[in-house]
Amino acid sequence: MDASFRTKGIVDKYRMYQLDFQKTCSQDKDPSAKVMQAIEAEQLKTVRYPADGKYFGDWKQGEKIATSGKGLTWTDKTPHNNGGGCYNCHQMSHHEIAYGTIGTSLLEYGKLRGNSEEVVKYTWGKIYNAKAFNACSRMPRNGDAEILTEQQMKHLMAYLFDPNSPVNKK
Amino acid sequence: MRNRTAQFVMAAGMIALNVTTWSPSALADAATDEIAKYREMLADGNPSELVAAQGEELWKVKRGTKNATLEQCDLGLGPGVIKGAAAQLPRYFKDTGRVQDLETRLMTCMETLQGIDTKELNKTKWGKGEMEKMEALVAYIVTESNGHKINVDMRPAQMKKMYELGKMAFFYRGGAMDFSCATCHGQPDKRIRLQDLPDLREHKGAAAGWGSWPAYRVSNGQFWTMQHRLNDCYRQQRFPEPIYGSDVTIALSVYLAANGNGGPVLTPGLKR
Ligand code: HEC
Ligand code: HEC
Repeated sequence: MDASFRTKGIVDKYRMYQLDFQKTCSQDKDPSAKVMQAIEAEQLKTVRYPADGKYFGDWKQGEKIATSGKGLTWTDKTPHNNGGGCYNCHQMSHHEIAYGTIGTSLLEYGKLRGNSEEVVKYTWGKIYNAKAFNACSRMPRNGDAEILTEQQMKHLMAYLFDPNSPVNKK
Repeated sequence: MRNRTAQFVMAAGMIALNVTTWSPSALADAATDEIAKYREMLADGNPSELVAAQGEELWKVKRGTKNATLEQCDLGLGPGVIKGAAAQLPRYFKDTGRVQDLETRLMTCMETLQGIDTKELNKTKWGKGEMEKMEALVAYIVTESNGHKINVDMRPAQMKKMYELGKMAFFYRGGAMDFSCATCHGQPDKRIRLQDLPDLREHKGAAAGWGSWPAYRVSNGQFWTMQHRLNDCYRQQRFPEPIYGSDVTIALSVYLAANGNGGPVLTPGLKR
């Protein structure tokens, strides 16, 4: 593997070297429940909740972030200003039909789950580090891996929970 | 053929227009429709025919420090045999002691027969200079396997070893987004946005995925070799760049071809 890759653009060669959990999750089947739990506990420690206690930004900006799949490839100019690429994997709103199916449907997310503290904190944690809840999840660690900023994640939270967001409103 | 290509270029212009004026969801529908229309329109002709014709000429042109043609190149079925050769690649070659895919085998022929320095390819952009010539040769050779069956010889120990390496690479997670090939190609019936993703672990998906590449890509009007396809998947995977012709690219090709063994070869493919 090592001799087969080289640095290109913003993607340094070291990016091919694996973190421990990435290595453990590099097989067709999930590891044992015990191993999974240990990874999840480690990953949960990385989650940082908003310091100001505010979880929600602007759903309109959230929609743009959810739709954009841009960022962190060697053709991107900067490692910042990334999209969330959520639509690559998730159904989200009533009107966008170009959604992927690798993830579960998030249609009417806020309407179906409500906005209890538990649900809000769980959702923040899932977006921040999906591996804290499913060790080998296909979903990226948006916060922990610095794909998205705290502000961008707040916009996405609004997109999922705001009653006026097309995720919840027809 | 030329006529058809002109039509094709016009239609491609229409799609570009739609992209800028339509809403995203309407666009998605329209784009799928348009592509279905092209497929029909091109049912008996593929723009890669032009590329393949250039490749056929190149095969017979004297080049390099040895001022020789590629006509004696052995792609596995004997010197100069092209018909069906691509369907049986990658293959273990005794003369080089390596498992080679079509592109790395062509590099060997260019070096030994023609005296061309293929290290340049590593620094050349897709579609430019020596790479453009490589692409033309590939288009020519894979056209001569159209309608054959994927038939890679998995008996040699070297092939088995490459398969294991390819499998390892397929599930190897890393990079900023923790992706592996399996993140996108490791489950049945999934898609990204509206693009269907073949499950490349299984015979059916691997046969469809491997057997339809190299291909002409409608969206950007380019002919892509398999090395190019893999390169772009690694880009989407947020990995550093796989070096042209490197072990990992050949190993993945062996993994895909072996999983697809027996499936139809429909090359050059025609893709979105
Ligand atoms: C590459 C695929 C992928 C991407 C990209 C992705 N997700 Fe996910 N997501 C998943 C999968 C798969 C699950 C199901 C649980 C699991 O396996 O982790 C999931 C689960 C979730 C859940 C929990 C749903 C539940 O029922 O508890 C939320 C919320 C979520 N994703 C939000 C997002 C948001 C917001 C983004 C974009 C910033 C995003 N996802 C990007 C694959 C993805
Ligand atoms: C982030 C998602 C993603 C990752 C990771 C990924 N691919 Fe892909 N792959 C795609 C998409 C999307 C397509 C369809 C491409 C298109 O139409 O442009 C595709 C197409 C392909 C095809 C052609 C399939 C066909 O029927 O035309 C092959 C073969 C392939 N990928 C192999 C791989 C391999 C091997 C890897 C790992 C090195 C990989 N992919 C990693 C998203 C991905």
